[in-house]
Amino acid sequence: MSETITIKSMAEWQAEGKSPEVLFWVGCAGSFDDRAKRITRSITTILHHAGISFGVLGTEEACTGDPAKRAGNEFLFQMMAMTNISVLNGYNIKKIVTGCPHCFNTLKNEYPGLGGNYEVLHHTEFIKNLLDEGRIKIEGGDFKGKKIVFHDPCYLGRGNGIYEAPRKVIEVLDADLTELKRSREKGLCCGAGGAQMFKEAEPGNKEVNIERSEEILAENPAVVATGCPFCMTMMTDGVKHFNKESEVKVLDVAELLVNSLKK
Amino acid sequence: MGIPNLIFVVVFLAACILFWRNASKISRNIKLGMPLDRSDRKGERWRLMTLVAFGQKKMFSRPWPALLHFFVYAGFVIINIEVAEIVIDGIFGTHRVLSVAGGLYPLMLASFEVLAFLVTAGCVIFLIRRNITKVKRLVMKELDGWPKTDANLILIMEISLMTAFFFMNAADRSLFISGHPHYNVDIGFMPVSGYLAGFFSGWESSQLVFLERFCWWFHIIGILAFLNYLVVSKHLHIILAFPNVFFSRLEPKGKFDNLESVTGEVKLMLDPTLTPPPAPETPLKFGARDATDLSWKQLLDAYTCTECGRCTSECPANITGKKLSPRKIMMDTRDRIDEIGKNLDKGKKPGEDGKALLNDYISPEELWACTSCNACVQACPVNIDPLSIIMDLRRYLVMEQSAAPNEINLMLTNIENNHVPWQFSPADRLNWAQEK
Ligand code: SF4
Ligand code: SF4
Repeated sequence: MSETITIKSMAEWQAEGKSPEVLFWVGCAGSFDDRAKRITRSITTILHHAGISFGVLGTEEACTGDPAKRAGNEFLFQMMAMTNISVLNGYNIKKIVTGCPHCFNTLKNEYPGLGGNYEVLHHTEFIKNLLDEGRIKIEGGDFKGKKIVFHDPCYLGRGNGIYEAPRKVIEVLDADLTELKRSREKGLCCGAGGAQMFKEAEPGNKEVNIERSEEILAENPAVVATGCPFCMTMMTDGVKHFNKESEVKVLDVAELLVNSLKK
Repeated sequence: MGIPNLIFVVVFLAACILFWRNASKISRNIKLGMPLDRSDRKGERWRLMTLVAFGQKKMFSRPWPALLHFFVYAGFVIINIEVAEIVIDGIFGTHRVLSVAGGLYPLMLASFEVLAFLVTAGCVIFLIRRNITKVKRLVMKELDGWPKTDANLILIMEISLMTAFFFMNAADRSLFISGHPHYNVDIGFMPVSGYLAGFFSGWESSQLVFLERFCWWFHIIGILAFLNYLVVSKHLHIILAFPNVFFSRLEPKGKFDNLESVTGEVKLMLDPTLTPPPAPETPLKFGARDATDLSWKQLLDAYTCTECGRCTSECPANITGKKLSPRKIMMDTRDRIDEIGKNLDKGKKPGEDGKALLNDYISPEELWACTSCNACVQACPVNIDPLSIIMDLRRYLVMEQSAAPNEINLMLTNIENNHVPWQFSPADRLNWAQEK
């Protein structure tokens, strides 16, 4: 993508006296993790391409508190939540799209009880809607006929029952979407959730992401698709562990789509 | 009323009273849990109970065991009509009182026999799966000792009860054919016992009567014993599965509850101008340390658990060799609340024994291995939520004991200071927009 997209913060929108269609909640991984930043830019490219006006909170965004909550620190979670809610409500935010299932789950399910009520969509849902409404179209594409497996992120799938949206997006690429043995309701975790991302695993005989990668690599896919920056890290590491990174790409659903957008 | 009827009435009443007493204890134990409102969305709850508890919908994600289990379940429920007959006959000294149904009666009995045969076959296969082919989730270490014996006992009891039913019918039929005056109901050739009747061709009438009576008493005493056995067994699920599914959490699985006790304090922290509410009588406790800190629903979950291990077999931590097993979390919770109940019976207050669910039963190592992936919750055929117990215990570890692993503490400090779980500066949050 050579086109530069200007990213406008909510403060800038407000200064212009306008408000965008949606707030793009980038999330911590999407803001700071180098690999996840590429996903973030793909999402903004898609939004821009579809002509969606969007804003970000930029430096006013703070961790949703998800990892604190799952680690058992409800205090810190609620502090983060209430701080974020006062920012979001201050901008009178109605609709949020997120690039991370954890942010998505927390904003959508856990913020309302603390006074934050928004329509929250995961980016795979948002993109699926754009495709359905014809606001983006697909052309040619590098993935035609390629074997793609989708790894269900726990907080998107089991956590919120969203199994079809990411698959629908992959299907428009005319790829050979293959289901893993453990998929949808039975999908196996990547090993990062519940604050595991931030610590060494307990003693055992294998890492969870290795177990999952074995299952994935047994299918010999060209691409492992996912919709979560944490799954991204875990799956990328897993594929590298088996020295398969040149054969098997790990990509976010947004990244899959971005190169096939019809100009 | 003859002597046998009197004995029957005494035995029957004694069994019912005993069951009532023990069931009341379980109900009292469950009520030791914290309050929780699950009285909303009744229609949805009835539908869920019909599908998941009655229809066993979630079982069918593994079709073969589900089918066998369905036979055993349906058989067991329907054959209880037969038990009703036994009870009436037992009290009034009648013989096969339901035969007033006329032509329908043999048909009904025949269908019971078919079901009883399926129950027997199912139980035999289940015994084989547990003891010979050793299906992994059914032979894991946490089942050593009583849980394993319990599972086998249930299967053997069911097979024995069904066998008694067949032999009772076979002896009855032979007695009818021989013209015995008391055995005057023609049940016809039954699909299973019909083939057994041949064995008894040379038997004296008195021997046949003895066999018939023996099987009859065995069947009913067996069922009464079974009823009382439930309270110490994982088999309690045949009753509790229904209320447990009814009171399921209806929210998306990813949603965790927001602790209300925390909300008040956080509001005060963020806005010091607010007037603090009066201090509560008992100091607030954050998270759960003992079984009595859990909600009544979590305790009901524990009593409902059938120890089937579907949760554990899908748990990523357990699959990769970690100590955590969601089934064990449920078994531990039941063992602990049972222990608290027994202490109460002896006049000791909860916690007076110096033990707790956390550490004495469930170790932090188990708790920290959980990825909160919800695979266990999804897999449980009776909608048990082991994850919520794990989270409540974690909350206690972190908020009451500051006992998180170091890396977790580091992550928490980062969130607090940098508003991001890693060591980055919050000022750099939008840098991605400038990068390529
Ligand atoms: S939520 Fe925790 S206990 Fe349940 S399956 Fe996932 S890792 Fe295992
Ligand atoms: S919690 Fe549910 S799935 Fe796990 S052992 Fe108990 S009944 Fe089976």
